[in-house]
Parts: sequence; C-alpha cells; structure tokens
Amino acid sequence: MMATIKVHGSPFSTATQRVLVSLYEKELEFEFVNVNMGAGEHKKEPFISLNPFGQVPALEDGDLKLFESRAITQYITHENPDKGTQLLCTGKQMAIVSVWMEVEAQKFEPAASKLNWEVFYKPFFGLTTDPAAVEENEAKLANVLDVYESRLAQSKYLAGDSFTLADLHHLPNLHLLLVTQSKKLIDSRPHVSAWAADITARPAWAKVLAMQKS
Amino acid sequence: MALKLHGSAMSTSTSLVIICLHEKEVDFELVPVDLFAGEQKQPHFLAKNPFGQVPVLEDGDLTLFESRAISAYIAEKFKETGYDLLRHQNLQEAALVKVWMEVESQQFHPAIAPIVYQFYVVPLKGVSPDQAIIDDNLEKLGKVLDIYEARLSSTKYLAGDFYSLADLHHLPYTCYLMKTTAASVINERPHVKAWWEDISCRPVSKKAAEGMTFGEKCTLKIKALLL
Repeated sequence: MMATIKVHGSPFSTATQRVLVSLYEKELEFEFVNVNMGAGEHKKEPFISLNPFGQVPALEDGDLKLFESRAITQYITHENPDKGTQLLCTGKQMAIVSVWMEVEAQKFEPAASKLNWEVFYKPFFGLTTDPAAVEENEAKLANVLDVYESRLAQSKYLAGDSFTLADLHHLPNLHLLLVTQSKKLIDSRPHVSAWAADITARPAWAKVLAMQKS
Repeated sequence: MALKLHGSAMSTSTSLVIICLHEKEVDFELVPVDLFAGEQKQPHFLAKNPFGQVPVLEDGDLTLFESRAISAYIAEKFKETGYDLLRHQNLQEAALVKVWMEVESQQFHPAIAPIVYQFYVVPLKGVSPDQAIIDDNLEKLGKVLDIYEARLSSTKYLAGDFYSLADLHHLPYTCYLMKTTAASVINERPHVKAWWEDISCRPVSKKAAEGMTFGEKCTLKIKALLL
C-alpha cells in the first residue's frame, strides 16, 4: 500500500530543495506543504511537532515523521531502489558513496553555506556582507574544491562514474555559488566546473527551480 | 584479512570508529598515525585521505575516510553480529536512527567542536582559549541540548528506547567536554545528564575513554584551564 509523502518546507530553502530534487529524481508522487518562513511558521506549531529544531524541511510518510534533509534523502532512496534514478550503490561501492556524502556534509556545506549567506542572502535581505567572512570561507572552500578537482579528474562523479546522492546533496548550495561572485571558485577548476555544469543541468533540478516561480 | 584502522586513539574521530568496531565485536589492527608530527599531511597518508585527516579504514582494497561514513559502513557490513546499532530490521526505527545521526552531524557537532578545540588544541600553540568563542558556542550547544532534553524526556535514547549509532556518535567529543568547566551544559539538563551517564558507562565506551588522553599530553599550565 502506497503512503502519501508530504514535504513541509520552502522552495527557497536549500535543505528543502535537497529533498525535493531527490523526490523528482526518484519520480515519486508527493504533496508539498508550503511553510511561510517569513511569518515564522517553522518555529511554531504545527511545524515544530514535525521538527523540534524548527527548521525546514520535514517529511511525513504515513505515520513516519522525519527531519534533517540528508536523513530524508537517504530514507527516500533506500525505500525506492527500483524507481527513477539509481542514486545509491550496493556493496563496497555504497561505502564510497557514504564517504563523499560525508565530505559534502562536513567539508563542502559549512564553507559553502556561510559563503552563500554572505554573498547571496545578506544582499537579498538588505544586510551588509562581511568581507572577512567572505575571504575566510572562500579560502576554506577553495581548499575543499582543490581535492574535488583531483577526485573529478579520476571519475566523472564524486563516488564513481554514476550520479549518486553524494553529488545530489551539493545541488542547492552549488546552484547559489554559481549565481554569485563565488562562481570564480568553480570556474577556475576545470573538472569541478564540468561536474557542476553537468549536475545542475539535470531535469530534476530544473523542476525544483520551477517551484520557486509558482 | 583484518581491518586496518589508521589513526590515533586520542583523536575524537578515530575513537568514534574504535567504539563502533568494539560494539560490533569486529577485529581490527590500529595503525598509529603521529598527529603531533603531522604524519596525516604526508604524501603517503594523503594518498589514502586527500583531506589529510584521521581516521582511514582499509578493508582489503577498499579505503574509506570520514569517521561517520566508516562507522556506517561497519555497522551495515557487520549488522548480523555484535550490538544492533542501526535497527535495520525495523523500517521506522532505522529511519529515526538516520535522523538523529544527522542531528549529531549538523546541530550538535558544529557547536561542540569549537569548544573542545579552544580547550584542548589552542593551548598547544601557546595561546589562551578564546572565551568569546567558547561562550558563543556554549549558547548554541545549550539550545540544541534543550531540544535533546525534551526528546530524552519521552525516549530513553535519541532514536527511541534503544541505544543506537546516533547516540554513539556523541561519545568522543562529549567525553572531552566533560573534563572541562563546560560540562555544566550537560549536567544542568537532567535527562541529558542521565543519558550521558548511561551511554558513557557502556563497557565499550569506558574502554575507549581510557585512550582519550589528549588533555594529559598537555603541560601543567594547560591543565589549570581544565577542571
């Protein structure tokens, strides 16, 4: 029996986008429930019962209530191995996918999200960008991307020759880096640049961006 | 062939993997990496982990890094032996273990790591801990632990009424935190304190704690900054 998947979030939230793109890649039906973050809905009931940390997104699948985007994407992909894009691997290759999912979570995300906050969100909200924070996080991200450049010279995607969750998890923050001054960090690294162009061109990602217009 | 774990028992990330291996009753060889000599940044080590960090796990021709990826691999590969860390036979429980593993990774770790860094690593460079960084991150950690306090009022452990990999991932950093004045952030919250006492008293946890001697390697001056 198929339970209805409900995603609670905002199409402008990177974490929500991470979940949405995985649902589109897996070609799964879902209902999207918009959370009005401007009105602080994510910090109040009923949302806070879905995620006590008061952050989007949250997912409901029947009785199951989940939060943390990377736990949700892993749940969705594990539960639907035969649908849509093959986003995970089996056996030893799955361990390599896990490694690069952790690299995204521990290395890429902290620097990229802080940089995006400074050069994308702050101007959008009329706040002042902190040049020291930009310099610090560009340097950190540059070091991470140097490792990615070497890695992507050996394989087309991070975990091997197939697109997996390890690549997918980068999409929301990568997209923002590419539309700001931080684009130079990507453009100056040919293998990273080719990988970024490839994964952001996927139709599932275009569907996520289209949700921002409705 | 036995697993080879390259790292140092006093390193939080190596310790995390050691605890997981012991809980799963898996044999392994610990290959010491001299962190104080910067061995992890040498070419032979960078060939195993391009980010130049411990630990690295070698299982035959498979080389893995990132402690949480290694622990997940071990817990999955050896799911039929030792303690059940992933709850793989119950869909709902397994999903909640993943949720609280991500909470440790995304909420708990970013707040606790800078505090432990200030108390233990900064003094090695001959500098005093930055109290502003400690206070700022203690405030963040406190807010995270308020949510843990509420959660642990309704379940014995984070993912449910069962110890799991989600709880285990908290052991190494918290072990170091508890030896400092910042321990109050745990001790002031009764359910969090009880949870900590439970998980840190598991035989495997206690054994690993014996190897977590980073503080003891410091000078007397640094010891004065701890409890």
